[in-house]
Amino acid sequence: MDYGMMLSKLGGGMVTTVVIFGLTLLFSLPLGMIVAFGRMSKGPLVRNLTKIYISIMRGTPLMLQIMMVYYGPYYLFRIQISSSYRFAAVIIAFAINYAAYFAEIYRGGIESMPRGQYEAAKLLGYTKGQTFLRIILPQVIKRILPSVTNEIITLVKDTSLAMVIAVMEMFTISKALASSSTSAIPYVAAGIFYYIFNYLVAWTMEKIEEKLNYYR
Amino acid sequence: MKLLEMKHIRKNFDGLEVLKDISLTVEQGQVLAIIGPSGSGKSTLLRCAAMLETMDDGEMYYLGEQAVASVDGRSVYAKPSELRRMQGYYGLVFQNFNLFPHFSVLKNIMDAPIHVQKREKKEVESQARALLEKMGLGDKADAYPYQLSGGQQQRVSIARALAMNPKILFFDEPTSALDPELTGEILKVIRDLAAEHMTMVIVTHEMNFARNVADHIIFMEHGVIAWQGASEELYTSNNRRMQEFLGKFE
Repeated sequence: MDYGMMLSKLGGGMVTTVVIFGLTLLFSLPLGMIVAFGRMSKGPLVRNLTKIYISIMRGTPLMLQIMMVYYGPYYLFRIQISSSYRFAAVIIAFAINYAAYFAEIYRGGIESMPRGQYEAAKLLGYTKGQTFLRIILPQVIKRILPSVTNEIITLVKDTSLAMVIAVMEMFTISKALASSSTSAIPYVAAGIFYYIFNYLVAWTMEKIEEKLNYYR
Repeated sequence: MKLLEMKHIRKNFDGLEVLKDISLTVEQGQVLAIIGPSGSGKSTLLRCAAMLETMDDGEMYYLGEQAVASVDGRSVYAKPSELRRMQGYYGLVFQNFNLFPHFSVLKNIMDAPIHVQKREKKEVESQARALLEKMGLGDKADAYPYQLSGGQQQRVSIARALAMNPKILFFDEPTSALDPELTGEILKVIRDLAAEHMTMVIVTHEMNFARNVADHIIFMEHGVIAWQGASEELYTSNNRRMQEFLGKFE
């Protein structure tokens, strides 16, 4: 087996995996905040719609959601899907799925803030926006960081689900290489890659947590 | 000059009447103490004055400006922009301080004057440092709230309220979360403020303190003002219920 070729192919998959990971975070972290606000909305319509959305995202397999986003437009509306939609479908599916999880983490963090912080801010004349951005959010970020780290580590491994619609990420490629060379080495290489990736993620998050430890 | 005027205030919590037709006036330079047993409605009254709770009926004026009107037996609040302006007239010191834990002591004091009142940073900082000095916390400017004792945290929260230059300062049981020694620190600060003719409304359990520092005392029970008078009259009044209440403090 040509290890040089194997590594260069896996390397290409690695890049795709990292891009899926990065784009998912880029979209789902802010989207989750919007969803969290919807979930905490005083209007019952918005609140209940968001609740149903979160419930579906958490209650069905991510693999199924990826397939629905990719094949759905054709099955439902007979829209011809191009293969260039493949990658976009993965990002859309991951973003809306992870936004639901992040939303629940944000909500937990926001609702755990003592009422006294809001009252003190109100007495000092902060607007609602200032209260959230200056007083509440910085404290919420510190509180939810461990849960967010968990989610992000899961995301690294979940990127392998993109295989289901044949996106050429790390896992798809290692599977193809393994079956063409009847060898387990590509799988081992993939495993090592995921492990190192997550090790770096955990290390980075730990550094951020340490940085926020200047207060209690 | 009347800084605060409350007329016929009523407040229900789920059908339970906690304030029944309460009226009071706070004159400039006056120190008013509100005492009474737990559940008498004294904190609720203060929180209504500070607009942390909405009253069901009654009128309220700050510096003669109407914040709340009574229309057909219901309270009607002024426009949000007007209420915001009137909110600048008073500050409040909480029982459990409610400092912002992620801000240093100095930032706790400076943040609102800079970002709410849009004042010059330099001027705010010199005022903040002077206030800390006055509170005996000159060396704590860069500390974080968790590094301070309860008494120190409460003094920071008083400095934070004073930095907004309020015309009235409310205290909601400012020493209830503190042990007797730390309580003394806070009472001294309040006494100093009284000597400077700061207008204050203090909800407290410290009877002797109330008598010593306040000009006027309101004794509340079951949502009504059961007795009120000049502080010297506190122990000489013949209101039986109040004497009973005070007797428990002997």
